Amino acid sequence: MAVTDAAGDPVKAKARALYEARRTRVPIAPFTDSEPDLDMADGYAIQQQLVPLLLADGDRVVGHKVGVTSAAMQKMIGIDTPDYGPVLSSTVYRDGDAIPLSRFIQPKVEAEIVFVLGSRLQGPGVAPTDVAPAVAGVAAAMEIVDSRIVDWRIKLADTVADMASNGAVAVSSRLVPLGGLDTRLIGMTFTRNGELVDTGAGAAALGDPLAVVAWLANVLGEVGVALEPGHMIMTGALHAAVPLTAGDVFRAEFDRLGPVTIRVEGS
Amino acid sequence: MADVHELAARLTKAVTGRTAIEPLSDDVAFSDPHPALDLETGYAVQRVLREQAGPRVGWKLGVTSRAKQAQVGVSDPVYGFLPGSAALDLGAPLRTGELIQPRAEPEIVFILGRDLAGEHVTAADVLSATSGLAVGIEVLDSRFRDYRFTMADVVADNTSAGRFVVGTPVPAAGIDVRLVGVLLEKNGELVATASGAASLGHPAAAVAWLVRRLAASGEGLATGEVVLSGGLTAATPVAAGDVVTVSIDRLGTVELACT
Repeated sequence: MAVTDAAGDPVKAKARALYEARRTRVPIAPFTDSEPDLDMADGYAIQQQLVPLLLADGDRVVGHKVGVTSAAMQKMIGIDTPDYGPVLSSTVYRDGDAIPLSRFIQPKVEAEIVFVLGSRLQGPGVAPTDVAPAVAGVAAAMEIVDSRIVDWRIKLADTVADMASNGAVAVSSRLVPLGGLDTRLIGMTFTRNGELVDTGAGAAALGDPLAVVAWLANVLGEVGVALEPGHMIMTGALHAAVPLTAGDVFRAEFDRLGPVTIRVEGS
Repeated sequence: MADVHELAARLTKAVTGRTAIEPLSDDVAFSDPHPALDLETGYAVQRVLREQAGPRVGWKLGVTSRAKQAQVGVSDPVYGFLPGSAALDLGAPLRTGELIQPRAEPEIVFILGRDLAGEHVTAADVLSATSGLAVGIEVLDSRFRDYRFTMADVVADNTSAGRFVVGTPVPAAGIDVRLVGVLLEKNGELVATASGAASLGHPAAAVAWLVRRLAASGEGLATGEVVLSGGLTAATPVAAGDVVTVSIDRLGTVELACT
């Protein structure tokens, strides 16, 4: 039987359950356990109810994250499209920051390329070539993903509802002009405590991180939302996500963009 | 003591007959009195193959990924030699019918501008001896069925060397080969990405390991030789009709059509 809130709205009830899971850091069962037919549209409907609850606590939308951008991840979740969620100001860290483990339930970290927009970008009809003129710059970034769904037992609707499994982002303070950069070919090495964990290149995100921004502008355009100047767009992992533990130091170094480092602080 | 000539003959027969064989280490001859085919014997077999091959144009490294090393429980890479007959020219097709079970992988290729030898050679020495870097595609072709082998087997089998193609070299100065982005595509679809660090943390460090290893037998790298510095992604199987494209930032792109 579907969960409903006092007013009987099952979507709001699910948003409220995720909001509480975020607040208490106690994960909940996947919605798709009891309602296997929930689809991507249901997920976004829940996400749309969840975001205002968080903004009411004083948070702000400072950009967007795009997830499931690799062919391997899409195959794993059984879809052929990425997903998205907002980046909230309370989740943004700088290069070198200590990030408290206590913020999260079951965090993992991944290296990504981030774009900061210089001008407004609204779909539909945005082509990858339209993205470059709207970009103020590119930077090295890491995303911490987390899930409010127990044991990461997510189906598509669950992760979309849960704001695309967002956690936190750490962004280099060095914003590099896009210029003639071929973002597909930007190489990246990812280390934990000085040991190489993985490598990748920009193309791992949907073939080209610029194409990720175009995709996002177009899907948000369909619901009347634009990418705004100053927004950061997290374009998706370039390698498999890595679990983090207290005391870890993670460093993602990007060719042409430089490094970004985080320290994981124990609880 | 294993008969290294007999073992080398088995591998040569597999190549000429285009038929995979069982791992040499499976052979009962090694169970008593020799418990297993060891790495030393593997290199002795490879040396027999090297003496029988035509002129050498370079060297190659294998098992250079830390993940792969951890998986098979070793801490060193392995090396093999490149006979001139294994080189494909740019634009020339890979004739898959000549091979048993080909798989392609992207590599950074070092071209030696001067001789380099010594027990204490480091990555910095390698870079200063390098006249150029190039995109490479290595086509592996294990002579062992389904690529099932021990480290000693794969060393004996010249580290699965099959064919290779080297792109147009660019000067090494100013390129951090650790960070360059690497794309492997097959038939227009992205197969994998990496950066140069995927080979031993630094491809030049992988080449330096090779030089130190060769020094143990009084050998070294010669001017003009090429070194394939280690696969940067998992190798992808190829068949007739496939087109493999490797792009490496700052080095260029090489395409290989399979017939």
